[in-house]
Amino acid sequence: MSGAQLDRADTRVRHDEGLSGALRAFFDRVRSGDLGMLPVFIGLLLITLVFSSLNPVFLAPNNLVNLLFDAAAIGLISLGVVCVLLLGEIDLSIGSMSGLSSALVGVLWVNSGLPMLLAILGAVLAGAAVGFIYGFLRNKFEMPSFVATLAGLLALLGLQLYLLGATGSINLPYTSPLVKFGQILIMPAWLSYLAAILPGALMVFSGLKTLKRRRDANLSSPGLSVLLVRAGVLTVALIGCVAYLEQGRGVPYMFGVFTLFVVALDYALRRTQWGRSMFAVGGNAEAARRSGISVKRIRLSAFMLCSSLAALGGVFAASRLASASQQAGTGDVNLNAIAAAVIGGTSLFGGRGSAWSALLGIIVIQAISNGLTLLNLSSSLRYMITGGVLAIAVIVDSLARRSRASHGRA
Amino acid sequence: MEQGELILKLRGVSKQFGAVTALKDIELDVHAGEVVALVGDNGAGKSTLVKTLAGVHQPTSGTIEWCGTPVTLDSPGTALALGIATVFQDLALCENLDVVANLFLGHELNRWALDEVEMEVRAWTLLQELAARIPSVREPIASLSGGQRQTVAIARSLLLDPKIIMLDEPTAALGVAQTAEVLNLIERVRERGHGVILISHNMEDVRAVADRIVVLRLGQNNGVFTAETSHQELVAAITGASENSVSRRMARKQGEVA
Ligand SMILES: Nc1ncnc2c1ncn2[C@@H]1O[C@H](COP(=O)(O)OP(=O)(O)OP(=O)(O)O)[C@@H](O)[C@H]1O
Ligand SMILES: [Mg+2]
Repeated sequence: MSGAQLDRADTRVRHDEGLSGALRAFFDRVRSGDLGMLPVFIGLLLITLVFSSLNPVFLAPNNLVNLLFDAAAIGLISLGVVCVLLLGEIDLSIGSMSGLSSALVGVLWVNSGLPMLLAILGAVLAGAAVGFIYGFLRNKFEMPSFVATLAGLLALLGLQLYLLGATGSINLPYTSPLVKFGQILIMPAWLSYLAAILPGALMVFSGLKTLKRRRDANLSSPGLSVLLVRAGVLTVALIGCVAYLEQGRGVPYMFGVFTLFVVALDYALRRTQWGRSMFAVGGNAEAARRSGISVKRIRLSAFMLCSSLAALGGVFAASRLASASQQAGTGDVNLNAIAAAVIGGTSLFGGRGSAWSALLGIIVIQAISNGLTLLNLSSSLRYMITGGVLAIAVIVDSLARRSRASHGRA
Repeated sequence: MEQGELILKLRGVSKQFGAVTALKDIELDVHAGEVVALVGDNGAGKSTLVKTLAGVHQPTSGTIEWCGTPVTLDSPGTALALGIATVFQDLALCENLDVVANLFLGHELNRWALDEVEMEVRAWTLLQELAARIPSVREPIASLSGGQRQTVAIARSLLLDPKIIMLDEPTAALGVAQTAEVLNLIERVRERGHGVILISHNMEDVRAVADRIVVLRLGQNNGVFTAETSHQELVAAITGASENSVSRRMARKQGEVA
């Protein structure tokens, strides 16, 4: 190696080279309270063990396919929640927004005869407008977001009921692409396998490029072995999942689209200036402002994104149920969407989290709800258990935060 | 920019916080290639003045001229865009982000696909110039010591190659070597023809680098001095009386020696 590397001058730092080093760094991080996705994986494992021993149907491929069908809509809503949580804000009206959006699609498309895509676009734009109002109230009047969105919860629900009128529900045509999308459309096997291989391949490709650039710039790099092992494990796991689902009906398009949204938001959060600003505002809004970041614009973007995703989630839910009803978006939708983000590891205190937490969190929630339904347990019990899981997730979040503070990891 | 050209000119700048008048009719000139020290007791209004120039606070009244044209510094972004960089007394760093992210915050390279490698290289280069003792730039700021954080804040202000750099007690938490590096750095910035506003309670540091020493007292100008001014005179201007605790203490010491 030519001379000391730029980032290896300080002799006090232990340098974790190669595979064993990467593992050691991981355990250090976990011990200091930087748990990341670990609690979710442990939770999922526990849930699977419990439910599959109580009822083997839980693990049947087609049951899991159904589970993914059910997860997509609330998962999308939860993705928006991640955005507002990152800023340390909250949106309590996501459920109502999704209900209103499904009503809008019903009214615009089925009742008024607008083209389907135009109706969906209208619903999403309505979401963006609602988010704009929340952002405006927060920026202009410093109105705490939980108050503004609590008011929104009621107002949007009222609008939904008004739109649906006396009949109370609008059935979507059964043969329409929207309903097919929500109920039967399955990705062809080749596409699913391609989607399983692509992330690992991209990881190796961009990883190799970064490795070379770091070496040329005289910076240390974690090494080729770590990269290959990580990509390998990821690819094997994904192919395993797809192969298992292919024994049933396969991977729903709906879930595929949801995953695409997750990937896009993950990129935006981690690799763009906007994403960096989101984390900065969530960590220390005043410091972000003094760095020249327009905190107001960032807040506005987060609220608008959240409500728009909630609206799109509402469209997904309508397509899943083949109807826009007064019940859409009520009940446990709100709680599930927020719980999914938190369970997935996005902090309620702002400044920490990831788009993937929405996907992992919603799978946990959906698994619990699916398992309990298989056991013929009523929704009353389901509510209580989901509430309990959310409480546990918040406790883990708080404890991890305290531990991070004492280990100097904010 | 010409050496000695007037960059920043303040006239009659006042700042009111409710009933408190933090600044009253402040006058201040900063020329290219000049180090202006801003001194005064605790609560004299030094930080408030710096924040006003950084666009954090808006002045209640008065005019600010930048290179001869009146400007309104309505947000930190405006000030940064003009070329006014600031190291704040409370540093203003994001503890959840790592050193590289903090250095480049708001000015990341390649906004649609962040160039982490290039940013890291530039970060190390900058930190080495400041003789920084920072073990890793990929750890969150929360894991750094007070002095290390201060170094990061100073490095950040240099990143954009500003025309004026304002340092609010930049060496308060620094070690001997790092303080010397910061003073060297201030001289280098001056040689490059940029203006520096330095706030410090350390009169030795101030005398070492300042071309002019501007004294604030209770939110008002209280004289402009040079490094040649005697310690007594300076202390008198800062505290507002020749008969004060500092001079009494010195007299007592001299009495003991005699
Ligand atoms: N945001 C604020 N709101 C109300 N009053 C403020 C605010 N910021 C400063 N002040 C008041 O303005 C006065 C000047 O404060 P400032 O921070 O500028 O002092 P300073 O000269 O920097 O002192 P130090 O040497 O202690 O840093 C103080 O009386 C302070 O109470
Ligand atoms: Mg101060």
